[in-house]
Amino acid sequence: MTIDGKKTAGWRQWIGLPALGVGAGAVFVLVVFLGPVPPQSWAGTKDDYAKARQGMVETIAAIAVETEREIGRRALDTAVMDVMAKVPRHQFVPEDLRGIAYRNRPLPIGHGQTISQPYIVALMTGLLRMTPGAKVLEIGTGSGYQAAVLAELAARVFTIEIIEPLGQLARKRLARLGYGNVEVRIGDGYYGWKEQAPFDAIIITAAASHVPPPLVRQLKPGGRMIIPVGQSFLVQFLTVVEKHLDGSVTMREILPVRFVPLTGDH
Amino acid sequence: MASPDPIADDGPVSPPFLAIALVSAAALGYEVLLLRLFSIIQWQHFAYMIISLALFGYGVSGTFLALAGDLIGRRFGRLFAANAALFGVAAPGCFFLAQRVPFNPLELLWDPLQPLYLAALYLLLAVPFLFAANCIGLAFCRFRGQIGKVYASDLLGAGTGALGMVALLFALTPMEALNAIGAAGFAAAALSLAAIGTGGRRRAMALLSAGLAFLLVLTGPWVELRLSPYKGLSQALRVSGAEIAQQLSGPLGLVTVVKSPRVPFRHAPGLSLRSPFEPPQQLGVFTDGGSFGVINRDDGSEAPPGYLDYLTSALPYHLLEKPRVLVLGAGGGGDVQQALYHQASRIDAVEANYQMVALLEDDYASFSGRLYGRPGVQVHVAEIRGFVAAGEESYDLIQLALVDAFGAASAGLSALNENYLYTVEAIEDFLARLAPGGLVAITRWLKLPPRDSIKLLATAAQALRRSGVADPSRRLVLIRGWKTSTLLIKNGAFSDSEIGAVKRFSDARSFDLAYFPGITPGEANRHNLLERAYFHDAATAILGPSGDDFIRRYKYDIRPATDDRPYFFNFFRWRLLGELYALRGRGGFGLLEWGFPVIALTLAQAVLITLALIPLTLLAVRARHGGGGGARKTPVLVYFLSLGLAFLFVEIAFIQKFILFLASPVYAAAVVLCGFLVFAGLGSRVSGRLLDHANPSLAPVVAIGFFAVAYLFLLAPLFEELIMLPLAGKMAVSLLMIAPLAFAMGMPFPLGLGRLGEVQPGLIPWAWAINGCASMLGAVLATVVAIQFGFTVVILAAVVFYAIAATAFRRFPGAAEPLIE
Repeated sequence: MTIDGKKTAGWRQWIGLPALGVGAGAVFVLVVFLGPVPPQSWAGTKDDYAKARQGMVETIAAIAVETEREIGRRALDTAVMDVMAKVPRHQFVPEDLRGIAYRNRPLPIGHGQTISQPYIVALMTGLLRMTPGAKVLEIGTGSGYQAAVLAELAARVFTIEIIEPLGQLARKRLARLGYGNVEVRIGDGYYGWKEQAPFDAIIITAAASHVPPPLVRQLKPGGRMIIPVGQSFLVQFLTVVEKHLDGSVTMREILPVRFVPLTGDH
Repeated sequence: MASPDPIADDGPVSPPFLAIALVSAAALGYEVLLLRLFSIIQWQHFAYMIISLALFGYGVSGTFLALAGDLIGRRFGRLFAANAALFGVAAPGCFFLAQRVPFNPLELLWDPLQPLYLAALYLLLAVPFLFAANCIGLAFCRFRGQIGKVYASDLLGAGTGALGMVALLFALTPMEALNAIGAAGFAAAALSLAAIGTGGRRRAMALLSAGLAFLLVLTGPWVELRLSPYKGLSQALRVSGAEIAQQLSGPLGLVTVVKSPRVPFRHAPGLSLRSPFEPPQQLGVFTDGGSFGVINRDDGSEAPPGYLDYLTSALPYHLLEKPRVLVLGAGGGGDVQQALYHQASRIDAVEANYQMVALLEDDYASFSGRLYGRPGVQVHVAEIRGFVAAGEESYDLIQLALVDAFGAASAGLSALNENYLYTVEAIEDFLARLAPGGLVAITRWLKLPPRDSIKLLATAAQALRRSGVADPSRRLVLIRGWKTSTLLIKNGAFSDSEIGAVKRFSDARSFDLAYFPGITPGEANRHNLLERAYFHDAATAILGPSGDDFIRRYKYDIRPATDDRPYFFNFFRWRLLGELYALRGRGGFGLLEWGFPVIALTLAQAVLITLALIPLTLLAVRARHGGGGGARKTPVLVYFLSLGLAFLFVEIAFIQKFILFLASPVYAAAVVLCGFLVFAGLGSRVSGRLLDHANPSLAPVVAIGFFAVAYLFLLAPLFEELIMLPLAGKMAVSLLMIAPLAFAMGMPFPLGLGRLGEVQPGLIPWAWAINGCASMLGAVLATVVAIQFGFTVVILAAVVFYAIAATAFRRFPGAAEPLIE
């Protein structure tokens, strides 16, 4: 295209406008695709992670204190808090998210799956009320973090994942971290783990349209089952299924927060 | 009139009307298509938001025009062609890039980078709109004596594009349609070049071939749609062994059938723990990658689907003998199967999406055991409200079970979707079709704290009152399971034996009684224990003497939804936000629907963009033309801002109103946009004749006010009269209804621009920028106002804006004032 040499203004327009556009576009592409190294992705040392983990535990403890004040009873027991302070959560999240592994927030772990907010993990673990000799079943291994937390408190943990690559990864990771009391299986969790049934506790972190009756059958009398209900990144409520010694079953729905939908006295 | 332009060295002597129309058609088609594409890869209201904001490309083009200045006179042809071709590149190209932005709305709360990704998305998508707007704006500046005609071909093209895209989507997949849009850009460029002469023709051919080569590159496996990994379809396909069995594309949605032999779907929402039956083999059906449903295998190889008797939705069958059933939203056929299982004597099933029906009647007919061919079963492809309003038979049971996916419901992702099934008027219509003693049964996903279920109860109570029932509390029953609740509304009072049946049904399945006439607190909250009997307490309070007070004090918005404010899924109240934000560390955000906060955020962004762009364009205008500070600008700003807002307010309100009439948001958007744009284009074309008047905008504004207010009263009865027309007839009638209003609405903008052309032509780019910003702002603001106050208020506000515009026109800068040029 010929350039009109008579007017310098013309020059500026022809060069200036596209240059402006291209420049802005380039900056944009750089920002979005090459990505500024996100501030969170520092490569921490072991000490950094330990410190971050301690911070996380303090956050959870502070929330627990608040909750206690509201509900008038202990929200989280010390055993659970000790485990939260011990399990290296950063080992269970994708590498680029390790820097924020100890924030009290859910994180994506790939394959469209997430790892729950630490407070919710602690709450669910506490609600299972396991004894040290307990045998636990988990449906939905995901990253393996919840299984690791359970493994610290129970004797044996059996966990099933339906997404093959996730299950493989979790299995390797748990073995590497020395969780010899966790067994990972890849497949359908609906019928539980018959060879190992019954269980003292069951946790279903996979989305389910209903509570699978076969799993309730694999629960020991006196045992408890937890099901978080909601969507990726957001837990709406927790369902606790209790099997009484006489074999009867009750369900309770628990909001993770103290929230009364009515205002004023009613 | 305008002074003759400087001699153009490469431009055509008259506006390239066809090229203008083609660019406009492509841009509007692109808008409709983006809505489709983003509904598939993301969620619908984010789609809506991204596209609204991307329209600020129109605002930016004002700056371009101001900078281009007098070049437009000399280089119009090439500038136009370049911009049209760039649109051709950017339309598919920017979507291609946009798919790679890792935006995840579900993480908006947690991840500080997400708002940036969101901004990246709409900045990216604004680029094609910028190029398209440049083309039109160039034509305005170059041919300012013929603004009415230029604007007319712009609008006529745009109107054709809106409807054309819907037609195109019957034949092409969304990705193919995207390439067609790109091709249209190149074709418009070639058309405008060809108008220059022989040299131009050669260049036009070269450009066309280059363009087609580019588009060819954009076909192939690397430009597949990338769904959010958190959508149901993505998740289902991750399961080992799962694969897509079939995919159907159409303007109403992308329907995907998935089989998962290794880990069966076992979709049975809220199935009782006491169910001795399991769901049979199922195929998963996803619409736009979400709203999950299933087709049950029922070809004789499976036992009868007994599990269907262990859902809360089976309750009405325990109160009725061999009922005549109307199933609303047949989907994958589960409700029809449930009715058959319970020996319904006759079943009519309505489904709005023809693709769903086709799946069961053709491809999976034998898999489903020819469900729709069984004796007594009749399936109708129709919009639900229309079908209910138009028919005459009466039914013993009208069954409206879950028609949306739990995921979307729980995150509140559909909070902004208008829904005309759960409004007071809808329930009145349903009740009118019941035989004496008949039941309407509505099953919803259960949320905690209660929202849907009790809002529905409040809606039903109001519908009963409006149908002349003095005491609705005798006619309602509400039960809940683990994940679902079912509400029964009876045409008559519930008898003791019926209440006995409700109790037996619920007890045997461990479902909880939330409400029945005469319930005592001890009877509620016994199986799925809540901290308090929230459902029972709320239900009895709503039906009690101080029900309105309860609704007002409730923390969620549970005011009954109406046709004027059809946002059943929006439960948001501002005071919730602060409270739940404080509780975020404990998972408080899980208790909030995010639709409304997100649109409020969008509005804030739109306001910021507008506040930045309007002065920026004015600066550019001044930089090009020097000084020019003397002319009165406030009236110009007020005029074009009010016009842009008003036009979009009316357009959005009409799209929403016509959803009820035209069966789907897609058809409504296409027809209403087409009607408004085409008839506004015609109005624009003749508007020049009014320019001699002192305030030429006055007559059209009076007409607009008259028609807009008249339609507030006329639309509902007209729809009622005409709802039984076939779809094509409804579309034609809709266009006719829109015509007079749109015709008048097409005039004020070119009149204002024409007057500026006479007295202050340098301000045209500024006016163009204001109009672009106002359009973007108007679309978002209209939705916010509709959610809060209803569509009547939206239309009344538009009338007020038009009145403001007419007043501002009187104070336009006159020719006597110092001219900018």
